[in-house]
Amino acid sequence: MYPENFRYTKEHEWVLVEGDTYTIGITDHAQQELGDIVYVDLPKPGTTLEQGKSLGSVESVKAVSDVYAPVSGEVTEINGILADAPEKLNEDPHGAAWLVKVKPSAPGELAGLMSAADYEAYIGAEK
Amino acid sequence: MRYLPKSDSERRQMLAACGAESAEELFAHLPEAVRLKRPLDLPAGISEYEIVDYFRARAAENANGYASFLGAGVYRHYRPVLVDTVVSRGEFLTSYTPYQAEISQGTLTAIFEFQTMMCQLTGMDVANASMYDGSTAVPEAAMMAARATGKGRILVAGTVHPEYRQVLRTYAKNQGMPVEEFGYVPEAGTIDLEDLDRKMDDLTAAVIVQSPNFFGIVDQVKAAAEIAHRRGALLIVVFTEAVSLGILEPPAEADIVAGELQSFAISPSYGGPYAGILAAREKLVRQMPGRLVGQTVDTHGERAFCLTLATREQHIRREKATSNICTNQALIALMATVFMTVYGKQGLRELAGQNLAKAHYLAGKLKPRFCGRFFNEFVARVENPEAVNKALLKKKIIGGLPLGRFYPELGDAMLFCATEMSGKAEMDAVAEALA
Amino acid sequence: MIDKVRPHLSQNEALLFERSSPGKRAYQLPALDVPPVDAAEALGADNVRAEIEGFPEVSEVEAIRHFTRLSTWNYAIDHGMYPLGSCTMKYNPRINELVARIDGLAWAHPYQPEVLAQGSMEVMARLEAALAEITGMDAVTLQPAAGAHGELTGILLIRALLEKRGDPRRKILIPDSAHGTNPATAAIAGYAVENVKSSETGVLDVSALEQIVTGDVAALMVTNPNTLGVFEENIIRAAEILHAKGAMLYMDGANMNALVGVARPGDFGVDVLHLNLHKTFSTPHGGGGPGAGPVAVKKDIEPFLPAPRLKRSGKKWAWDYKRKHSIGRVRAFYGNFGVLVRALAYILAHGGAGLRNATLDAVLNAVYIRKQLEPYFELPYPSPNMHEVVFSDERQAKAGVHTGDIAKRLIDYGFHPYTVSFPLIVHGALMIEPTETEGKRELDQFIAAMISIAKEVETDPQMVKNAPYGTRTSRVDEVSAARKPVLRWKP
Repeated sequence: MYPENFRYTKEHEWVLVEGDTYTIGITDHAQQELGDIVYVDLPKPGTTLEQGKSLGSVESVKAVSDVYAPVSGEVTEINGILADAPEKLNEDPHGAAWLVKVKPSAPGELAGLMSAADYEAYIGAEK
Repeated sequence: MRYLPKSDSERRQMLAACGAESAEELFAHLPEAVRLKRPLDLPAGISEYEIVDYFRARAAENANGYASFLGAGVYRHYRPVLVDTVVSRGEFLTSYTPYQAEISQGTLTAIFEFQTMMCQLTGMDVANASMYDGSTAVPEAAMMAARATGKGRILVAGTVHPEYRQVLRTYAKNQGMPVEEFGYVPEAGTIDLEDLDRKMDDLTAAVIVQSPNFFGIVDQVKAAAEIAHRRGALLIVVFTEAVSLGILEPPAEADIVAGELQSFAISPSYGGPYAGILAAREKLVRQMPGRLVGQTVDTHGERAFCLTLATREQHIRREKATSNICTNQALIALMATVFMTVYGKQGLRELAGQNLAKAHYLAGKLKPRFCGRFFNEFVARVENPEAVNKALLKKKIIGGLPLGRFYPELGDAMLFCATEMSGKAEMDAVAEALA
Repeated sequence: MIDKVRPHLSQNEALLFERSSPGKRAYQLPALDVPPVDAAEALGADNVRAEIEGFPEVSEVEAIRHFTRLSTWNYAIDHGMYPLGSCTMKYNPRINELVARIDGLAWAHPYQPEVLAQGSMEVMARLEAALAEITGMDAVTLQPAAGAHGELTGILLIRALLEKRGDPRRKILIPDSAHGTNPATAAIAGYAVENVKSSETGVLDVSALEQIVTGDVAALMVTNPNTLGVFEENIIRAAEILHAKGAMLYMDGANMNALVGVARPGDFGVDVLHLNLHKTFSTPHGGGGPGAGPVAVKKDIEPFLPAPRLKRSGKKWAWDYKRKHSIGRVRAFYGNFGVLVRALAYILAHGGAGLRNATLDAVLNAVYIRKQLEPYFELPYPSPNMHEVVFSDERQAKAGVHTGDIAKRLIDYGFHPYTVSFPLIVHGALMIEPTETEGKRELDQFIAAMISIAKEVETDPQMVKNAPYGTRTSRVDEVSAARKPVLRWKP
């Protein structure tokens, strides 16, 4: 269910490391909690992210949730499909509906994130 | 008391069901120290007839049967009888905000029509379901521009309604948003473009102009737009006289339009309630404050309407909301919608044409102070405005607004407004008093 | 058994633009008694617009039918109860509509000479005095156009006072049970917001409060009774804590309907509060506005009130603009005068004793509902409630039915829903405020409906989840409306 090669945060974001590019998204648990997603607010490419600070938000009809940067770095790319089809985030949160790609500034930050197994245990405990 | 529907017997039954002997017992848990230990110091309740008498007496202490040439942000226009017929229906008058779409399609449909007509009138892509009034729509537009541009400074024309500018300052001060004014050209009565250009910089979020401006003059919107857009600022165009849009070209260069709807069958009512409108370009919709009604379908695929993009609003965003507004002046907007329906495409133009004719007739008999083109208001040179108004009052005419109170350099000038309600005889009387 | 409503044919009606036809008209203007003017000449050809494309063109009959048909699709207080919590949907007296329309009041221009506006000024002065007496405060401004507007004004007043003291402070404390306008207002006023958790009995935790009130706190914004309908029993102590640290107590007056004639905020330590004339004082909601949000203050805040203020000048009223400490204007002109007239008419109709009786009836109604529904719905906070009561959907949630579903099914029984999912401190909240306007019959029908739905949840939860069935439209697709917003008609 939760890809082994991702790293996870307590705020339900994930990070995929591919060399010098980190891809960031929100987890399946997060999209379930939000319900039907209607809008995704992403930062512009070039924006500097700071770990733990809000990088944007995800909206359902009745709620808005901040998305927090799991790592620090510079936004290199944002996912264009979400502007026209925010529902993709409900359908494929771990794949096609990634949010941003980032060039990390402090790779050491990864060590503080959870593995898939830890994340599953974490959300299991939350219930 | 006639509004309380329970009989004493019903109260007793209900108290018994609550396990209480008296209504007072239901308050027994209140701390002693907070309880009011005396009756409210207000007179006893009165009958419906005495209430009418009271307010009739107050109305008699106001002007009655006077002609008036006051404009300055509040206009005298006929109110088609259908307006009150429609808004007096209990289904409109006593209904709540349409959060429950299934039982509010009346309100939602009417607001959707209103939003559409506002777009048609102003030439903008999207309009909200109304703000409190024109004066508060201005700072809301300014804050929208700040959010959209990421910049913080506002430049506002001195020819924007003085009280609107005061409201802007109150809001801006608390947002840490610097507001600077630019002046007008003394002969034309239009904005001083050089002054604007000099004061313009790259930190400015928006330039705010009004057209027709406070002097009634059609202002230099296009030129202001060029200056604003060249430096990455938005252009906000304000209007106070909605009827002017029946004949005047809407501000195509604007990014945001903020205006007052009072002219559309809203009683002057000593200053309120009115309704403001905020209309803007498509790309700014998520920055727009206030309620928005959107079209959708129900489970059977039938067209329906509902409140939408609610996540901008206070009840969801809370401290990150685009505004704290929790109202739309729905009933006022409905009055305007009925007005626009009654007049329609041709009527609004004919109405504007009559206003143009009346004001130009009057202006032709007075000494206009500015040479700029005007709609239904203009500034006249008047040596002693107070004396002129005093003389006119004796003829049961309320004259124009002496401008010295807002523009010290215009102590010898008055702002006159003539509408379709101004009669030739009264206008001739004004001309005589000023001769 | 649904006995409050039966199905009924309602007319279909398209949008005005779809009903329009070139040349149709619903107006006639008198003939011009002055020469017509060529628009291009007077305004400049570039400034004259082409016709307003798409604007309606209908006849008078089509116009009246259009709006009448639309109106029949709405629920309203005139139909029956709105159990909406903290909205105080009480009867909108019709006499108020009549008096607001009296010519001398309705046509008054805000700039007409003061000598010819004495009637309007007297109305406003009389209302200010009545509201000051009802709230136990020293001065009242009628300028704000709505409750949230009043809130903003109130917070700006606090800010002005603290700045004058040379002690600006940066934070405002807000309970987690607060209405959304409270934190939004604080943010617009330039403050940082800090949440205060409620105690386990749902009221302000004063010992927790004591810890977080520092010299950087400007104010606590509180609603009393709170959004659970429970009186803040420690309010006096809370005021003392705040005042000792130079902070202020702001009260959101949304729930004044539980207090009028019984307790006065000015007597329990409140420094500033706003009122909602469209709630407590019966002015009509009109589908979403207009309202009015007067602000009442203690005398040390009076100098900062928005200008101008009414002052007595001999035997006459005058507008005093010489208010050098004023926060300025929060809107043009003086206030929503038409709404103020209605509120004053309401107060005159009741009188002091009448207002108190209304409060008693409002609380009786809410306690009665609580007692009758307690066996069927979970009551998260057992403290005595006042004019409103909050249940949770905990029991029904076991069958997968939530507060929103129950609310939709209530529509089939002929009622408007209660407030759903608010306050946030109750998961799956059902917030119910009947107001004094409801008689025993309407209340009993409401109670019977709620009990019937509770039973339906047990026997046929899926049916409840797909409600309503009897309305003009079924549930609308709010998701598509938000994803691809269509905010105007296009040809």
